[in-house]
Amino acid sequence: MGRLTVEPAARADGRMGEFVEAFARRVEAMPPGQCPVGMMLGQLQASMAQTCGKCTPCAQGMPKIAALLRDVAEFRATEATVGEIRAKAALLRDTADCAVGWQAGQMVLAGLDAFADEFASHVEAGQCAPGTRQTVPCVTQCPAHVNVPAYIALAEEGRIAEAVKMIRKDNPFPTACALVCEHPCEERCRRTMVDAPVNIRGIKKYIVDTVAADTVETPAPLPVTGKRVAVVGAGPSGLTCAYFLGLMGHAVTVFERRDRLGGMMRYGIPSYRLPRERLDEDIRAVLAAGDITVRTGCDIQTDQMRELTEEYDAVYVAVGAQGGKTLSIEGVDAAGVMSAVDVLEAIGDERYPDFTGKNVVVVGGGNVAMDCARTAVRAHASSVTVAYRRRLEDMTALPSEIEAAMAEGVEMMCLQAPARIEVDAEGRAAALVCQPQRIGAVRGGRPAPVAASRPEVRLAADLVIIAVGQAIECAPFSEFGMEHDRTYLCADEYLRAPGLDGVFVGGDCQWGPKTVIMAIAAGKTAAANIDHELGFHHELDCGAAVPPARPNDRTAYGRVQVAERPACERKRDFEGVEVPITDEEAAQECRRCLRCDVYGIGALTGRGLEAW
Amino acid sequence: MVAITLNGRAVEVAEGSTLLEAAMAAGIDIPTLCYLKDLNCIGSCRVCLVEVEGTGLVAACNTAAAEGMVVRTDTPQVAAARRANLQAIMDDHRALCATCVRQDTCALRFLSSTFNLQDAGDPLPVPEPWDAAFPLQRDSSKCIKCMRCVAICDKVQHCGVWDFTGTGPSTKVIVRDNLPIADAGCALCGQCITHCPTGALTARDDVGRIMDAILDPAVETVVQVAPAVRAAWGESVGLSRDEATPGRLAAALHAVGFDKVFDTDFAADLTIMEEGREFVEFLGSDAPRPMLTSCCPGWVRFVKLHYPEFTAQLSSAKSPHQMMGAVVKNTLAAEADEAGKRLFVVSIMPCVAKKYECDVPELATEAGTDVDAVLTVREFGRLLRMVGVDCAALPETPFDNPLGLSTGAATIFGRTGGVMEAALRSAAFLITGENPDFGVCDTTDATPETPWISRELAVGDATVRIAVASGLENTAKLLAALKSGEAAFDFVEIMACPGGCVGGGGQPIAFNCELASDRAGVLNRLDAGDALRYSHENPDIAQLYADWIGEPLSHTAHEWLHTDQETWQI
Repeated sequence: MGRLTVEPAARADGRMGEFVEAFARRVEAMPPGQCPVGMMLGQLQASMAQTCGKCTPCAQGMPKIAALLRDVAEFRATEATVGEIRAKAALLRDTADCAVGWQAGQMVLAGLDAFADEFASHVEAGQCAPGTRQTVPCVTQCPAHVNVPAYIALAEEGRIAEAVKMIRKDNPFPTACALVCEHPCEERCRRTMVDAPVNIRGIKKYIVDTVAADTVETPAPLPVTGKRVAVVGAGPSGLTCAYFLGLMGHAVTVFERRDRLGGMMRYGIPSYRLPRERLDEDIRAVLAAGDITVRTGCDIQTDQMRELTEEYDAVYVAVGAQGGKTLSIEGVDAAGVMSAVDVLEAIGDERYPDFTGKNVVVVGGGNVAMDCARTAVRAHASSVTVAYRRRLEDMTALPSEIEAAMAEGVEMMCLQAPARIEVDAEGRAAALVCQPQRIGAVRGGRPAPVAASRPEVRLAADLVIIAVGQAIECAPFSEFGMEHDRTYLCADEYLRAPGLDGVFVGGDCQWGPKTVIMAIAAGKTAAANIDHELGFHHELDCGAAVPPARPNDRTAYGRVQVAERPACERKRDFEGVEVPITDEEAAQECRRCLRCDVYGIGALTGRGLEAW
Repeated sequence: MVAITLNGRAVEVAEGSTLLEAAMAAGIDIPTLCYLKDLNCIGSCRVCLVEVEGTGLVAACNTAAAEGMVVRTDTPQVAAARRANLQAIMDDHRALCATCVRQDTCALRFLSSTFNLQDAGDPLPVPEPWDAAFPLQRDSSKCIKCMRCVAICDKVQHCGVWDFTGTGPSTKVIVRDNLPIADAGCALCGQCITHCPTGALTARDDVGRIMDAILDPAVETVVQVAPAVRAAWGESVGLSRDEATPGRLAAALHAVGFDKVFDTDFAADLTIMEEGREFVEFLGSDAPRPMLTSCCPGWVRFVKLHYPEFTAQLSSAKSPHQMMGAVVKNTLAAEADEAGKRLFVVSIMPCVAKKYECDVPELATEAGTDVDAVLTVREFGRLLRMVGVDCAALPETPFDNPLGLSTGAATIFGRTGGVMEAALRSAAFLITGENPDFGVCDTTDATPETPWISRELAVGDATVRIAVASGLENTAKLLAALKSGEAAFDFVEIMACPGGCVGGGGQPIAFNCELASDRAGVLNRLDAGDALRYSHENPDIAQLYADWIGEPLSHTAHEWLHTDQETWQI
């Protein structure tokens, strides 16, 4: 007998790891629409599974709270019950010995506040709050509510053109989204419970890589209605709106300030992520959908807005957020300081910059910052550095974008808050001087940086690209009479501009710079509501039917990832970085889909995914 | 076609078929509870489990047959899994089978004996409170959460009365927004009742009231039977369609102890006289089109609750059994009074909504309430069994007269299209003085599978555009088309239940069998075999007008036979 052993005292500990990991994945795949009361009960039961039972607050208190929560969940409770839960949870929070207890109490209390309406509905109305109902996770999480299981099933059957049609039922940009969508559809994918989320964007990319979108015919437009709609802005939102209105038989005119169509898909996303010829595949298909006229080089000002509202039956304003925000630091006006929007706009028109020999510093931590940094690499900069005031994990850019940038040689300087730009004798930027930060307490859901007691850092910079957000240029529209909240234009939940009949507004100009799929969702919403306002209720037939489901494949698989060209090669050009996935990879990935539109609650609520 | 192996047999099934459909086509029985063809294939009860080689147990109702699948429905493993799930359902079901009105038609009870289930463990669920006066009754403690009521009410009947709430163990079926049932937009079609697998949903039981009336020496009981009852009453007492004749039905009603046995068919002929004349006047007016039939109280409730803008377009004619009640009360009360008796009119109806209708105060005449109580066909069956009537042995007897003679036109009132067809037979006569061919008026192509049928008919110089719909989802579609101007008609017949009264919510229940079309066949055969097939040729109707009413739409007719549905309280 020795004194120590390398075995854990609790022999199960060694085997528990994978269960804990599976538990975590299960929580991650929390079905959208789940009743928060039920979820909180489950959360508390998880806490009960973690308590040691030494102290009264956990051992006696938790089961009491759980019983009361169950009464609420099962509609047996009164307002007094909720008061009792609050009191007991406060006791748990205030008197527990360790975090297993006090954090559980705190969570219950936070839930009572966050879900006060839901608790009240259980207690007063005897039912879950209105709208509480589990749904098909991917379809719900997608802002445009694309019928994901249906197009995956079509792809699995090799019916690729129909898969394109199924995507287009809700989203006329299958190619753009296949390449750049942030895929919120994957966030709650039920497959996560088994292994990992289905690579939905990867499957979509397989679909449009196999059959180009512009080779798949769009539905025949419905009979001409005689109504005319103006769309201001040919970005994803405006073009989506035009596409659906065109299919519905309305005559649409799209007004675009720039020479080419696509908005931020062309002028904001670099071509190595979204090759121009791929974007054009979607745009060609969109423009084929009915009576759609495009007027480029048309900058709509206040007077033109007035004319549009007089000449057209409805107007959709989707001008995006095109203005680059800047920093208010010394030296920001120096030569060599530019905004991200300017850099990316130029390459949208295929004017590629030449940064040969330059040290480039990009300020910001979002996707746009990564786009600028990777563009600078491709423009032959001698060094590219991203300066960001928080940590790497706090960056809002997709992790894959950050990794790709680093692989291409971008240096990430985190916890560096820009203090000033050093300017040389000729008035040119020479360096970005930063005040180092340390990460502090969480504020508003994110850890906030505070100045660290370290000396300033000087990052040599011939060029400083500021990528700290975009703003809308709303003057022409506010002067015309559209409401705005100083930053963005206002709309109600149906995207109607308040007080202006027939004027709709949506996309980045309404909710700030977001994603392509959110802009598409706004365009689809606007199209439906404009159609309604014009006195119609058109229903579109996408030309593809939902295939039956095969039984779930329960084997755990690894998730197929979309491969990229080697960093050393891709960083020398503006060609697309991603490599198509193979038929075998696509087939395996499609088989992982659990068809939540057919199995589970989808059997009840999945009906109607065909309709908007 | 898809080739699969089913219990060792190679079978071919249509693409997209479920394993359940494949098995049914192959004559293999798979037990189900929640499955409702085309409407509720949600795989929730897990009783239709089958084994798919390489996959394991799957729900047959929710699994598509795929090429090469090897499926077994008959192994002990499958049976054990089905049984375990059934037991779990039973553990949550207040199985008071001895006193349950669905004891003979309960799908769960049937499977419970097949699968040798055990008593549920304690505690049994407790029924939630319910409005005992409402014609539709619900016992939540018998609900097995199959969601069939939710599906049929939403998808077929457009009312969305039922919903579900909660998650996991708290999931339960509720009235939409937890409203009191009386405020929930229920048309009282009763389709949720006839599609409930258990006794969770029932019609209010009024058998006790009828027994009290029969036993009361101071009461003269008068009973009438709706057209569609003759097509289905035998099902609840074990008679074949050939045995369950109208004559035996009349005899059975006498045997139960009713003093007078009349036929609502007579009143259907009377309805045609009134509604036919009303329509002829309507055609000559500039009243908004179309005129809508008013025989179906489920439809009247629906239009008032969901499309009130159409209420004014309903025919003012009361439904036939209300007309009959009014005629009985107004013409026979004096005679009964002389005998020291009070009249009590009972209607045997294939309908739940008529339990509401008979209590609508606005329908009463000077002689009082038209109809005192309504029994469904199911309650009538229970009454027959209770009194111990040996129906098969009964001789065929005619209905009592003078309110017992009727025409084939009245008999087809019980199926979708029948009211329209009867009306067309007589309207043409009213306008042209000549009886039209039966073929011209034929509506036997009306079916709940299509939203509606329509036709343009030349009647005299006029062209009459008619349409027929049954089922309230179909009705909603038709009303939407009328509203948008997509469709335009002069006369529209609506019946709330799919297929009309033959598919009524008060008819006998056969789990997962839709019998409306079989029963309609019975009515069509009776019509074809009837010597009288035009309502205006019913001699007793002529006599009634001569003795009491004068002519259609006379003052007396308005007093007795017409109503203003807009005044009805719901």
